[in-house]
Amino acid sequence: MGTAAEGRNEHGEGPVAISGEAQRPGHIRIGIEDFRDEPLSGRRPLILSRNFSVYYGTAAAVRDASFDIPEKLVTAVIGPSGCGKSTFLRAINRMNDLIPRCRVEGGLSLDGQDLYSPQVDVVALRKTVGMVFQKPNPFPKSIFDNVAYGPRIHGMSDRGRLAEIVEHSLKRAALWDEVKDRLGDNALGLSGGQQQRLCIARAIAVEPKVLLMDEPASALDPRSTARIEELIAELRGEYTIVIVTHNMQQAARVSDLTAFFYEGSLIEFGETKQIFTKPRERQTEDYITGRFG
Amino acid sequence: MSRHIEREIEKLKREILALGAVVEESLHNAVSALERRDPELARQTIDGDPAIDQMEVDVEENCLKVLALHQPVARDLRLIIAILKINNDLERVGDLAVNIAERALFLATREKIEIPLDFVHMADVAKKMLKKSLDALVGEDPALAHEVCRMDDEVDAINREMYGVIQGAIRKQPERLESLIHLLSVSRHLERVGDSATNIAEDVIYMIEGVIVRHKVEKYQARDSS
Repeated sequence: MGTAAEGRNEHGEGPVAISGEAQRPGHIRIGIEDFRDEPLSGRRPLILSRNFSVYYGTAAAVRDASFDIPEKLVTAVIGPSGCGKSTFLRAINRMNDLIPRCRVEGGLSLDGQDLYSPQVDVVALRKTVGMVFQKPNPFPKSIFDNVAYGPRIHGMSDRGRLAEIVEHSLKRAALWDEVKDRLGDNALGLSGGQQQRLCIARAIAVEPKVLLMDEPASALDPRSTARIEELIAELRGEYTIVIVTHNMQQAARVSDLTAFFYEGSLIEFGETKQIFTKPRERQTEDYITGRFG
Repeated sequence: MSRHIEREIEKLKREILALGAVVEESLHNAVSALERRDPELARQTIDGDPAIDQMEVDVEENCLKVLALHQPVARDLRLIIAILKINNDLERVGDLAVNIAERALFLATREKIEIPLDFVHMADVAKKMLKKSLDALVGEDPALAHEVCRMDDEVDAINREMYGVIQGAIRKQPERLESLIHLLSVSRHLERVGDSATNIAEDVIYMIEGVIVRHKVEKYQARDSS
């Protein structure tokens, strides 16, 4: 995550202007900034949750959650089963609309737009907010058609342009090299890890602002999990990523910010490194250290 | 809910306490050897150091094991990191005890110098600091840890006092320069023990409160003005 590292060329040298610099063997200038993470404060908040609640009938699945999700960072939402984390995630692209007797209270906005205002076009919203699920769910179509699906339903018909979008999206999802020679093959023939990366390619093909990921790696083996995590790190900076995960080490590895939910309430929200080294709330501490019971 | 990691942590705490006890004894023996001009006890202290080194290696390996296998976070993580650092400090105190024992060996071969240097008291304060810092670790008691930090001022003051006394003694009997320098070193070693105990206490404060209290400006100012 080093901004300093980006300024370097492949030899590790570069025009990194540093205060308090010291000369080290190999002529790599190392300064105090190299030891610090980039500041997360000052990022523009993209998704604003204000006293936001989601009810299933009379039961609150999410209760009074207020926090800001900044743009182009990775925000992890953690908590035990039934804590409301998936409900919250699904509220961001109004997936909960499909559930009868589900209603919301309070405010949830994206880029200044109230997500639950009657003016919101849900189809357009889902173009802005892509989603990746726990189980890879490619369509029983060709690899190409899977990725081209979104652009097509949003009116894209230019073949050349579609091919470009498919290639770009598959490259962004780190799948291109593995499938470029068999784009016409059925997507269901891919491995689980490849299918999940295909789903990510499908999600980013419509150029969303936000990528929601609900346990995107929990059905994958460690190697495929690592690839998905690397991919998340690569997509960070381009998309605002919100990831729900049961795997706390994964949350710690991939996210910049972490929100901890318990029994529907947001207990703590902060920088991931702070949450995992010195959480402010006892409940957070108990959960992440496995003391829950 | 009982967790696997809890057992490992309890074990680590016992180990670091055991190391602390052995180091304390080593320090006690080194200062006794100096006071009683007892080369046998001094040698015994020096010979005991490899056992301390081995304990330090064992504690470190166990910490690495817990880090790798349990991937602790939050309080657990801070505890393991604190133990790793405290482990280093204790081993260092063991080395200081050896240094003192070596001075004791040398001084036992020379005629006794009659100057009022109360190493026993200084060592007592340093040992008390060490013990309290370890009690603070095990009892997770930040107040006790803060107390240790304050006690360091006393050890520093005694060290400065000894410096003055030894300086005066060197003027009066320059022919005893060598012995006097050895005595000055003992004072410095004990002062270092106090510093190590303070480090331990600071690590305990970090472990409990998650706040790094080292390198506080007012502390440097206090030292600079001395």
